[in-house]
Amino acid sequence: MEKMIPHESGIAHVTGEAVYIDDILVNEQLLVGRVIYSPHAHARIISFDLSDAKKVKGVHAVLCHKDIPGHNQMGPVIKDEPVLAENEITFVGQAMFLIAAETEDQCREAEKLISVEYEPLDAILDIETAIAKNNLLGPPRKMERGDAEAALKSAKHIILGELRTGAQEHWYLETQACLSIPGEGNEINVFSSTQHPSETQTLVAEVLGINRNEVVVEVRRMGGGFGGKETQGNHVACWSALLCNATKRPVKIKLFRDDDMIMTGKRHRYLTKYEVGFNDDGNIDALKLEFNSDGGAATDLSFAIMERTMLHADNSYYIPNMSVTALVWKTNLPSNTAFRGFGGPQGMAAMETVIDRVARYLHKDPTEIRLKNFYGTETRNVTHYGQKVENNRLNLIYDKLIESSEYEKRRKEVDEFNSKNEFYKKGLALTPVKFGISFTTTFLNQAGALVNVYTDGTILVNHGGTEMGQGLNTKIQQIAAAEFGVSIEKVKVNATNTSKVPNTSATAASSGSDMNGMAVKNAIDTIKERITKELSTIWSAQYSINPSLQNSILFKDGFIFDSDHPDRRISFADAMLQMNLRQVSLNSTGFYKTPDIGWDKIKGQGKPFFYYSFGMGVSEVLVDVLTGQHTLLRTDIVQDVGDSINPGIDIGQVEGGFIQGVGWCTTEEIKWDAKGNLMTHSPDTYKIPTVQDIPKDFRVQLLEGVPNPIGTIRRSKAVGEPPFMLSLSVWLAIKDAISSVANHEIEPEFSLPATNEVILLAIPKLKPSRFQRP
Amino acid sequence: MKKFIIKTVINNRKYELSVSPNQTLLDLLREELGLTGTKRGCEVGECGACTVLINGEAVNSCLVLAPQIDGKEVLTVEGLAEDGELHPLQKSFMKHDAVHCGYCTPGMIMSAKQLVEENPQPTEEEIRTAISGNLCRCTGYVQIVDAISEVQK
Ligand code: FES
Ligand code: FES
Repeated sequence: MEKMIPHESGIAHVTGEAVYIDDILVNEQLLVGRVIYSPHAHARIISFDLSDAKKVKGVHAVLCHKDIPGHNQMGPVIKDEPVLAENEITFVGQAMFLIAAETEDQCREAEKLISVEYEPLDAILDIETAIAKNNLLGPPRKMERGDAEAALKSAKHIILGELRTGAQEHWYLETQACLSIPGEGNEINVFSSTQHPSETQTLVAEVLGINRNEVVVEVRRMGGGFGGKETQGNHVACWSALLCNATKRPVKIKLFRDDDMIMTGKRHRYLTKYEVGFNDDGNIDALKLEFNSDGGAATDLSFAIMERTMLHADNSYYIPNMSVTALVWKTNLPSNTAFRGFGGPQGMAAMETVIDRVARYLHKDPTEIRLKNFYGTETRNVTHYGQKVENNRLNLIYDKLIESSEYEKRRKEVDEFNSKNEFYKKGLALTPVKFGISFTTTFLNQAGALVNVYTDGTILVNHGGTEMGQGLNTKIQQIAAAEFGVSIEKVKVNATNTSKVPNTSATAASSGSDMNGMAVKNAIDTIKERITKELSTIWSAQYSINPSLQNSILFKDGFIFDSDHPDRRISFADAMLQMNLRQVSLNSTGFYKTPDIGWDKIKGQGKPFFYYSFGMGVSEVLVDVLTGQHTLLRTDIVQDVGDSINPGIDIGQVEGGFIQGVGWCTTEEIKWDAKGNLMTHSPDTYKIPTVQDIPKDFRVQLLEGVPNPIGTIRRSKAVGEPPFMLSLSVWLAIKDAISSVANHEIEPEFSLPATNEVILLAIPKLKPSRFQRP
Repeated sequence: MKKFIIKTVINNRKYELSVSPNQTLLDLLREELGLTGTKRGCEVGECGACTVLINGEAVNSCLVLAPQIDGKEVLTVEGLAEDGELHPLQKSFMKHDAVHCGYCTPGMIMSAKQLVEENPQPTEEEIRTAISGNLCRCTGYVQIVDAISEVQK
């Protein structure tokens, strides 16, 4: 298969022709939709008056919860999220009313004329308060192996601690957007920036009180998703559909950046408590973890996210006695949601902190402790939830990276630099990632496709996945071309459309190519089966002494031929015409469900993952001790993607995921004020990485010659999420630099993100005499 | 509101337009002229998705008022390819996989265009400086820098 293939929509993108929701050409009937949201974190709505707003010229509808024809619910799993608030509002940014008008200005004018009377109520704005008030979002969970309590009692050394990891805003370049266009009768066409078209369809139907076969959701592409449009794209879709239904005109809602940041959920912040028992060599024998996450005001995917945290609390390490407790707390903030890594980063940050602390306690290099505790291949190879770690590539990657990054030499150089410099300190850290691939809710591991071949030999592929920049459609195009043995120009990938491929899962959990690629292949296999059967009949009739065997007929280089009799060949396009004349169907659906997995949620035991992805990163930073600023000097990454379908895309995913993680670990800090207002609601105050924040020297390698031994599409591996967590190497390199201020004798106070402020506050405590501020 | 009549050249085409004093160039391009290649990312001058060239200089079109382009030449991403031939930057962005979701791409290319016009062989440092006002959430920037590095004017 050809691998260096440009983006499936590359030309459209570089010429500005690629169409996003906001670019779709609509007629002059188009109305602008606006969402009016709550200004209080928690309040009762005593009364409201929309009558003046409705009178504004150009305004076609002003809606409240009473105007919803169907259910006032848009929670994806648990029905605890009203589409529009009824009697109570539970966070700043909660939708209350909707306006549709001819212009944005008219919307704003109408908004000013809405009057609401509130009775403010007490709000819970952080995890600590939620814990104090026992405000759980659902029942706690526990996963255990061995006896952590007993093992801690008998351990030679014990460390106890707490870690805070912060929230993160998705900051997709394209904010949440949806355009709804009315059809005949109840029909509605919804053009949505959503990672989950089937769920968007379901919710729109429920909210409008119509059938799912009357709603079509289409997604050409998203301007970034990262999990932020897995469930919360549904909200904007429901709002725009309601306005469209009320006005019977097309209605577009595209959230302003600040509104998007205020209204939508983020990566969950966590407060994690740990207790670890280990021996003199740094072998960890016991670990107790308690994860507390801030779920926000509603459930959304918080429990699935927490489950993934629990399943990644071991990261890459075998810990004989482990106990993991998890609690999701309810607060008066927007409901937190999926974000690349899906709880994995929070789990791994805790585990890596534990390793880092064990190493400092024992005066050893953390890298040595990591190596010592890695999962084994023959023994020590079963996780705390009972899944065997098969095809373990940790040691292979480790050896490669230690060598290519010149780790040993640089470790010495860093230590030497630190011994000579007082105001600048360097830090170095290596962190691994073992990431489980599959949805942990097992039934979600399914995908569908619809492949049409036309009589000119061109192919149109529909699949249930969505393109958000991860390169899924390019990979699908490559897979279809390779399976049919034609060039990629013959293959077009359609916009994802619920009327073509129904009842799909979200494009998430890094599994978009794995699952949709297989579904597409399945459809193609069906079509090829029919073609080869027909051709073997034709050729066998022609050459009756030497009939053509169906299994010998192959597809290659734009031809179909009998490999036993290569002179029997026909071009792909001619063959399609022949097939049509001979009444052979040239289209098929395809389906795939991930085999060989099973997970008992209640027991916390089983095989939730089809396979694991492995990767490792080494980062080196320079910290200015007086300002708290840091520079990322160099990062080396080795990532296992199996047999890459498209190395350009996969390297891009590794780099992009890593840098997004660096943002989470360093500059991306989310703050709310005492009343629950988001203070960092604009790019002025919320800093995602710019090109100046990437490593000065950045070396990314894909592990080569290691096809995925289990049956994934073209022996590849998922790549979307795992590299995100390699950024923990940057975070711990910063900690290493800070820690050198006290010659690694004292454990620094540290949290995530390691902002300037965190760095600056940690240092005086390590060397009070020198850096104390008056 | 009183309207202004302005004369301008956009993508080599002459226009005489009646614009409002508070209308941004971004709005004019997208909503009135249908040039939707220029993207709306933040509308406060922070993300660079709306970058266009005015008389060869890269600006955030969300911060420029429509009357300000009177008598000036504007180039947007739609005007970059000539006679159906892609600009080298456009080809290079494709070749280097510098386009992921593509939302930052038009703005990125326009910032790069000013750079390579003025400095045909920029160093990596100069490239980083030139696109430091363009946010990309997908790529981690490496492929974008590579794409620009390879282009000779
Ligand atoms: S939209 Fe103009 S800089 Fe972001
Ligand atoms: S490619 Fe998505 S923001 Fe740059």
